[in-house]
This record gives sequence, C-alpha cells and structure tokens, in this order.
Amino acid sequence: MRAEARLVAEADGRGGTRLSTVYGEPPLLPRRTGHHQNPTAAEVHLVGGAAGPLGGDDLRIDITVAPGAHLVVRTIAASLAQPSHPPAPSTLTITAKVGTGATLDWLPEPTVAVAGCDHLSRSIVDLADGATLRWREELVAGRHAEPPGDLRLETTVRYAGRTILRHDLAIGPRAKGWHAMLGRAAGTLLLVGPEAATAEPKIINRMPLANGPAALISATGPDARTVRTALDEGAANTRAHDPDAKPGNWRKG
Amino acid sequence: MSLSTLLVLADGRLPAGAHAHSGGVEAAVAAGRIHDLPTLESFLVGRTSTSGTAAAAFAAASCRALTTRPVPHARSGDIEAAPLDRARLTALDNGARSAARVESLTDHRGALRDDSVRPAERITALDDGIDARTASPALRAASRAQGRALLRAVARIWPAAVNPAGPNPHHPIATGIAAAAAGLGPREAALTAVYGGLTGAASAAVRLLGLDPYTVHALIARLAPECDRVAADAAARADDPVDDLPAGSAILLDLDAERHATWEVRLFAS
Amino acid sequence: MRPDKRAVRIGIGGPVGSGKTALVAALCRALATELRLAVVTNDIYTTEDADFLRRAGVLPDDRIRAVETGCCPHTAIRDDISANLDAVEELEERLGALDLILVESGGDNLTATFSKGLVDHQIFVVDVAGGDKVPRKGGPGVTTADLLVINKTDLAPLVGADLGVMARDAQARRGDLPTVFLSLVGEPGAAPVADWVRDRVAEPASTPRHHEPTPAHTHGP
Ligand SMILES: Nc1nc2c(ncn2[C@@H]2O[C@H](COP(=O)(O)OP(=O)(O)OP(=O)(O)O)[C@@H](O)[C@H]2O)c(=O)[nH]1
Ligand SMILES: [Mg+2]
Repeated sequence: MRAEARLVAEADGRGGTRLSTVYGEPPLLPRRTGHHQNPTAAEVHLVGGAAGPLGGDDLRIDITVAPGAHLVVRTIAASLAQPSHPPAPSTLTITAKVGTGATLDWLPEPTVAVAGCDHLSRSIVDLADGATLRWREELVAGRHAEPPGDLRLETTVRYAGRTILRHDLAIGPRAKGWHAMLGRAAGTLLLVGPEAATAEPKIINRMPLANGPAALISATGPDARTVRTALDEGAANTRAHDPDAKPGNWRKG
Repeated sequence: MSLSTLLVLADGRLPAGAHAHSGGVEAAVAAGRIHDLPTLESFLVGRTSTSGTAAAAFAAASCRALTTRPVPHARSGDIEAAPLDRARLTALDNGARSAARVESLTDHRGALRDDSVRPAERITALDDGIDARTASPALRAASRAQGRALLRAVARIWPAAVNPAGPNPHHPIATGIAAAAAGLGPREAALTAVYGGLTGAASAAVRLLGLDPYTVHALIARLAPECDRVAADAAARADDPVDDLPAGSAILLDLDAERHATWEVRLFAS
Repeated sequence: MRPDKRAVRIGIGGPVGSGKTALVAALCRALATELRLAVVTNDIYTTEDADFLRRAGVLPDDRIRAVETGCCPHTAIRDDISANLDAVEELEERLGALDLILVESGGDNLTATFSKGLVDHQIFVVDVAGGDKVPRKGGPGVTTADLLVINKTDLAPLVGADLGVMARDAQARRGDLPTVFLSLVGEPGAAPVADWVRDRVAEPASTPRHHEPTPAHTHGP
C-alpha cells in the first residue's frame, strides 16, 4: 500500500501555532489533538488504521514546521512492523523541515519488529539555524520472546546544513550480532537546541554531539518500558520528556 | 598493491597505540556481557557489523580521496544490501536528499565525477561524518587519540605521507591516510580498519578474561571472510556522499564507553 | 634553564612494588622547587596515588598524567610508546617549558626496559625484599639501566639479604654503570638519586634532544 501524510505548522502571529495542512491517507491518519496546557504548540496524533506497516507498504510522512511554530507529533500506540505473504519489504520515509525559531517534537511510540518483518524506516530532518528538535526513536525486537524480523531505522539530522547525527539502528537476521549491540529494546532521544547543551551534573546516557547544539540520549533494555524510562531520565531537567511543562517547572511534580 | 605492505600496516605490533584500546571489551566484560567465547563472538560480530563496518567505509573513502581514482564505471549488479538500495531508489523522487542520491548514482553509472571536491575538503567532510556517527564523546576522543597515534607512526614510517587532516583525525581517517601513504588502496585501508578493530577487541578479551588464545584466534579466522566482505563493500562505496556511508549504531558501545571513561582505575584507554 | 631544548625524560622502571612511586615522590620532594617537572605514570593509577604524590612531593595534580597500558606495561614503554609520547607532549604543551619529565612504568618484570624513543635515561628500581639474588639474575633492566636502585635496604636484615653480595653481583652485571642502595623510609629525599638526576638535567645532551616531529600535517595535492 502506498500512503502519504503531510503536516504543515505555521506561527499564527499571536504567539501560537496554526496547522495549515493536516493531510493523510490510510493507514497514516493524523488527528489534531489540541494542546490545552501549551497553547503555543499544535499537537497531532497519528492514529494509524490497521496495525502496520505491513510488507509491501510504502509510506511517507512529510512535516514542515515554519519559523516560529511549534508542532508536537505522537502516535497512539506502538507500530507493529509485520511481514506480508508473499514477503515484501516495507518502507516508511519521514522528511521534516524545521525553520528558525521553530520546534518539532517527534515523540512516537516504539516500532516492534514482528517475526518475519522486513521494514526500513528512513528519517531525514533538516533544521534551520536556531531550530529546536526532540526526536525519539525506539525499537523492540519482537512481541514477547519471538525472534524479530528485520527492522532498520536510518536517521539523518542536519542543523544549518551540517549533519549532526547520522545513525542506523538495526535488528533482525540481517543485522548480525545486533543483540550484543542494542539489546532487545533500544531507543534514542535526540535533543537539538539551546537546552541540549545543559546537563549538570553529567548524565551518563546523555551525550553531547560534536557537530551542533545537540545531545543524544540513548538507552537499551529488556523491554520498551525500561528504555522509555531511561530516555526520560536522560532528558530530566529539559522539557523533552514533557513538552507541556513550562520553564521553571521542568520536572514533573 | 604490495601484500607485505598491507601486513606491515595491519600488524598488531605496528606502534600506533592499539594495544591500549579494548574496543569496548573492558567495559563489556565489567558489565558481565562478555564472559566466555560465545558472548565474545556475539560482541565481535555485532561490533564488526556496526562500528567496524563504518570504520572500514571511512578508511576506504579517505584513502580514495588521497589516491588517484580509477575511471569510474558502472557497478556490476552485485548489490545485495536490499534496504540500502530501496532507500536509494525511494529517495530518487523524494525529499531533500534526492539531489545527492542522484549524484551518487550518476557517479557509479560513469558520468563525470565532480572533481571540484578537493581531497582536503573530502577528508574534512569524512572526519565530520565520523563525528556525526559517534554520539559518545569518550569514543570520539578514543578514536582521535588512535588517529593521532597512527599518524605519529606514519610520519616516521612513510615520511612522504600526505595528511590534510591535522594532527588528531579520527582513527579511520588516519587509516586511510596511512594506506595511501603506504601505496595501498581503499580496499586495503578498509580491511586494515575492520580487521584491526576485530583483533584489537579479541586480544583485549584474551588479556582480560584469560580465554584460550587458540580458540579466540580460531574465532578471528572464522570472521576473516566477513572482514573481506566488509572491506570490498567499503571500497565499492568509497566515493559515496558522506551521509550515505554506513552508520550502524551500537548503543551499548556508546553507553559502555561513557561509563568506562568515569572509572577511577582502567587498564585500557577505551 | 633550557629554553630551546625539550625536557630531559627519565624513565623509572622495575618490578611490582619495588618502590617506583615512592622514588618518584622522593624526587618530586627533592627537586620540585628547583626544576620545572612533571610526571607520567603507567601505573594502575588511582586518585590515591595522585594524593600520595601531591602530599609527598608538592606536585600539583595537573603535573601528573596517567597512561593506560592495556594490561601490557612493558609494551607501553618499549614496543609501542605512542600513548606515553602523547602524554609527555601534552604535558609540555599545557605546562610550557619543563626541565624534567619522570615516566614511571607499570610494575613489570626484570626484562622490561624503556625505549630510547621515549626516554633519555632510565632508572631501574629493585628491592631487597625479593632476596639478594635479583642482581645476579640480571635481565635487561638490571644490566642496562643507566642507574640501578636497590631499594628497601632497611628490610635487608629481615629477609636475610646480603647487601655486599648484591653490590658485587650488580657490578659484575653492570660494569661501570652506577648502582645506588636506598631506603626510602630512612632517607625520604633519595639524595643520591636526586643528585644523579640533577647531573642528567645539567649535562649537555649527547645527542640533541629535539622535539619529536608531531604527526605530519601537510596540505593535500
Ligand atoms: N620498608 C620499606 N618500604 C618501602 C620502601 N620504599 C617503598 N616502600 C613501600 O613499598 C610499597 C610499594 O611501594 P611503591 O612505591 O608503591 O612501589 P611501586 O614500585 O611504585 O609499585 P607498583 O607501581 O605497584 O609496581 C609501599 O607500601 C611503600 O611504602 C623502603 O625503602 N622501605
Ligand atoms: Mg607505582
């Protein structure tokens, strides 16, 4: 199945964010979910029809956050990457552009590699100088104890034209020795922007990147919950784990 | 290409500081994840397919930047990396990166390469590319320390070496510089990088765990064909745009390296 | 001082526990006020050691650099000296002109000596506690070191070591090369060793001690 979703967020001129495009085709169904506590941001949930992606899917999500706007994107549940019969690979391509003074929070639920799947998710994020990003990626090797299929997340993030993060997280039969490098569940949360620079005292799993104002929080564990907890702890004292929070009240009470 | 020169460069006794780096093994042993031969094997296989493959690619690309390039020709249809190729094709009609993808495909199909990219700029871009692939500051520092040590050796062994990279390049960049200086090509540079990473980690495990050196070397011999494969692939992609080069991430290596750097007593530098 | 020459580098090697760190501390105590000096240690190094050196020798923390040796202390001082050269150069770069850099090796065995690519002179420290046979055994450390220190003479009666035998064997092994008996308990200044080091710093280098060429940095074609 081919499907596409497009989101465009713009500053509304009154300190808030207006969604000028919210378009999607099944199974990529974006829903505005409002954002009561944080009126400056617009929030969208991808509610995804059937479980997926399925083998043969070619999905695209295109996100633009114009200067000064703040968009939060979430999914309502984990994505289950599943095989098809006959087997065919599935792809998800995410492109995001974030303007100066704009913020994108891409905080989806994990992708689970179901046995036999063959899924590639590619993300290319272009940030203007002065943009802010929180970009979460989590993957889980199979449901319960099943051996995972091939799942690969390829990520490229550029800031002011310079690549600040380039990494591929891969599990499954083609990713030889993956379990010794990632564990059964793994994830990263990339922070880009002024808040990425501050971490005192040093948090071990929060690593400042070399090529820009960015830090990568990384975690592995036996399950998705452990990973999420570690990512949230790594993001403590930033707004990353809680975009609703206001400055001065960054830690959830 | 001189086989014995390749042995000189890939020799674990080359005085380039390798013996003091465990490739993450010291931390993984302390964490209990490596404790015997099977766990060592998983670690080495995983390491080779992630950071080892990236190191090979960057060594090959650096070497290529500093050596005369062969006339580009079409890659034969031996491309197996299905996900990558899907990605390549997907990108052709989509997104900001399509231009770069088209360029890289065009290269392989024999169009004129863009020779305005000078070797020094390519080397700088490659060094940047390793930074973008190395989240852990401790691993970045260890890689640059080893790059510096290798260049120190190169400057004395092959004094005519061309080094546009400054004194502290990442280790794979230094490996490419060393290979070019020694008259070797991208494939040999890649092989030196991936094989050196493999044997360095294996040898640290022998020292730390007292594993039987024969069984560990039998393991290295079993993994040798994988090194050849990784090196051949690295050489085939040596002209690719930096963002397209391998970027396999090993989160546990990053986290281990960060913890290791805080230890009060360490036997290995990394 | 030695404005145009790099610091004299003296290696201090010897078996585990023979008193290398104690000697480094004694030398710092004796020399820190008259020479600009720094220390590189290849020891399994803890903050305890740093504290010890700081207390003992008035040597600030930033003048001490530790080098990891990957379980191979002799490799790091002899076969592959790159990490030690990096440490030495980093100290010189950071601290400016220095007169003396002491490089303490990790405790190893009687065969572990320093590369001439790393140090200008080397001191080998053994102790009497292992018995008076040590100089007789020889080995590159005892035989070739520029100065042999036989330490812990205060323990000789307790272990039944005959210092006369040790002196005779050392001379047989070493010919004209000097040997010094020491007890760092009784003589915390290590005066004879400090004097020997002073002479090494003062003497004109037999071969000019140029700065090692730092890794090549040329511009590409
Ligand atoms: N009795 C006696 N003890 C000494 C003397 N010199 C050193 N020691 C003690 O011997 C022990 C080992 O001394 P160190 O200076 O740490 O020896 P080292 O050679 O640096 O040891 P490693 O670095 O571990 O190989 C310490 O407890 C010292 O206090 C001495 O002259 N007499
Ligand atoms: Mg000591």
